Amino acid sequence: MSKQRIDDATGVETVGHEWDGIEELNNPLPRWWLWSFYACIAFAIAYCVVYPAWPMIDKATAGTFGWTSRGQLDQEMKAEATRKAGLMAELDEASIGQIAADPRLRRAAIDGGRAAFKVNCIQCHGNGAAGSAGYPNLNDDDWLWGGDVATIHQTLLHGIRQPGDDATRMSQMPAFGRDGILDAAQVQDVVSHVRVISGQEKPSGASQRGAEIFAANCVACHGGSGEGGRAFGAPRLNDAIWLYGGDRKTLTQTVTNARYGVMPAWGARLDPVTVKMLATYVHSLGGGEEAPAPAAPEAAAAPAAAK
Amino acid sequence: MTAHDPKLRADHSNEIGLYEKRKAVFPKAINGPFRRFKWLVMIVCLGIYWGTPWIRWDRGPYAPDQAVLIDLAHRRFFMFDIEIWPHEFYFVAGLLIMAGIGLFLVTSAVGRAWCGYACPQTVWTDLFQHVDRFIDGDRNAQLRLQKAPWTAAKIGKRALKWSIYLAISFATGGAWIFYFADAPTLQYDFWTGAADPVAYGTTFILTMTTFIFGGFMREQVCVYMCPWPRIQTAMLDEKSLIVTYKDWRGEPRGSVKSAVKAATPLGDCIDCMQCVAVCPTGIDIREGPQIGCITCALCIDACDKAMADVGRPRGLIDYCTLVDAEKEKKGEEPTPVLKTIFRPRTLIYLGVWSAIGAAMLFMLGQRARLDISVAKDRNPEFVMLSDGTVRNAWTIKLRNMEERPRTFRVALDGLEGAAMFTDEMDAAAAKRELTFRVPADTTRRLRIYVIDRRRAEHGEHHREHGEGHRERGHGEFAFVLTAPDDEGGMDRSETSFTLPEGGGE
Repeated sequence: MSKQRIDDATGVETVGHEWDGIEELNNPLPRWWLWSFYACIAFAIAYCVVYPAWPMIDKATAGTFGWTSRGQLDQEMKAEATRKAGLMAELDEASIGQIAADPRLRRAAIDGGRAAFKVNCIQCHGNGAAGSAGYPNLNDDDWLWGGDVATIHQTLLHGIRQPGDDATRMSQMPAFGRDGILDAAQVQDVVSHVRVISGQEKPSGASQRGAEIFAANCVACHGGSGEGGRAFGAPRLNDAIWLYGGDRKTLTQTVTNARYGVMPAWGARLDPVTVKMLATYVHSLGGGEEAPAPAAPEAAAAPAAAK
Repeated sequence: MTAHDPKLRADHSNEIGLYEKRKAVFPKAINGPFRRFKWLVMIVCLGIYWGTPWIRWDRGPYAPDQAVLIDLAHRRFFMFDIEIWPHEFYFVAGLLIMAGIGLFLVTSAVGRAWCGYACPQTVWTDLFQHVDRFIDGDRNAQLRLQKAPWTAAKIGKRALKWSIYLAISFATGGAWIFYFADAPTLQYDFWTGAADPVAYGTTFILTMTTFIFGGFMREQVCVYMCPWPRIQTAMLDEKSLIVTYKDWRGEPRGSVKSAVKAATPLGDCIDCMQCVAVCPTGIDIREGPQIGCITCALCIDACDKAMADVGRPRGLIDYCTLVDAEKEKKGEEPTPVLKTIFRPRTLIYLGVWSAIGAAMLFMLGQRARLDISVAKDRNPEFVMLSDGTVRNAWTIKLRNMEERPRTFRVALDGLEGAAMFTDEMDAAAAKRELTFRVPADTTRRLRIYVIDRRRAEHGEHHREHGEGHRERGHGEFAFVLTAPDDEGGMDRSETSFTLPEGGGE
């Protein structure tokens, strides 16, 4: 160890150590820095005590403040619920028709419905409500059971083909091919007719034969020109929109085996306000219809099955 | 840095401490041109800081009447007649860039003028040092009191002084929050306990930082914490004005008496230590430029006074560039001060700074106060309707940046035969032009559905002649926003209409 000395270049004292001519200058840290370092240690210890910190076998220590991220989320959700309580009460009181008529409630219901849709509906109907084969596109103007807001609400409340719900949307097209009502050739003839009335094919001998079969078997539900029947949830056949597909192969399959799509009765799963908001949202997607003039409770009269 | 007196060092040269206690600084009061300039800057800075939130500015019934307001809750920044929306934040970024280049400019021309006069740390430290002198007396009295035992009188003085510190700090921390909310309302809420907890928290934190940094840390903040002195060593060059002790004139130093007795003539420095006594950071400028020197120029005032007393010319310590120092040493004429300040480097900084400023002013004058932005639905891209026509959907935002409600008209430009409706309208009422009321200073969000009745029928035609239609693009059109009032204004947003692949089969 060499002697401490004042370094010429800097005018700073050396600490006195020397290795191969390399010396260290004595530039001490300020003392307040040392105290802020101690303060940080003290803070860290306190933090570990009051907040969850030490990993244990299945979870971390709880901390004396009892703070958890889930608890905080819960708190924030409650605060949000309190904030919205007034509006939700209004929506709860108003009928679905009143909501549709009041611009402010309608706007709130559409926004709330959009959020609820993302949680409950997109699994089948898709993120943009565009549906897919077997799951209706909710953006278009083609409705199986009706597209005014009250009817959509009814469909949502009771679902489609839900056992145990008396008001559920129920219809049952016969499996014409499988059950032997029509033979394979007749099925093809009917398919030809359906493709003619939907503008996909030109009339032919097969379609003319099919028209007769259609008149005998299908018009009761689908209507004379294939315009559909909403009372039975019978799809319109003379338009450009297909639930399962309008090509020959898919139509053959539909006529042969029939289709029985289902939707849960949301009235039993969600609170009434959410169902109302969902109905308003779906109605706002661009294909919503005006309510029919006399708001008859037609849903209750829906027959259990088609012929 | 603090003074290094070799003689002092020798006394305890055997102990090596890892940590060093702060050497308290008790700057002596001094008067002179630079001190008076500092007073002026201090009054202006504190006046702006405390006064600005209370300036009222009439913007009509739909906007706050505070001249300068950073309204974080509503995401607006008001500054007199200028209102900045979040999407115009580049104006704020531009201001910050100008502040940065402005600092470069000032530093390269006149050195650490920011540190010496305008930095909040300097201004508040200066204010607190005046409090010290007011309560404890000047430097010598302060030194005596520091060494004195803790008698009742000393405790009383300390308590009084620290209370004043705390009061100033509270006024400082408390004033900050008025920039973020309506000042008179917040003032009332603050004292009635109705203000947001954030307001109390912010006030507490800023009160404590002012109290600690201004009252106790002082020059330690400049020397150890602040990055600016470190950056400035890189910013300064040999042509920057810095506070310089003219050693070629002052050395060897000695008192007037010893000069009489000395065998060789002594320099002008009479070693009166006044420059050290007045220094707010406690350095000895005669050791040369150093990180602790904030160039407040109080030592110039002190030295000039001492020189006047002994009848020697002023300016032994003075603002001087390194180039001029060399010239003076050789007895040459110094560079004229205008030439020192206006030289290529500072002119380039000034040019960039003014160019950004001019560009921002131009943009400020040009910016529209109404705006439309459209986002096309991607899921689903199109919707096929029963009759074979196709519908597309957009989320549209109409911005009304005026301080009054306005009626806007949105129209389709192109896409002949198409019509639009909103999610609050019946599809049957679709039109090519819709009118919306947008409240003052808000963005209105709309869902717009566009049905192109003609296009589906002519889908085949379009595909066949696709090449011929390329110049306009496939189904391209625009939403045009106009304001049918006296002021007018127009904005448009280009977008395109999507058809099913295969023209609608």
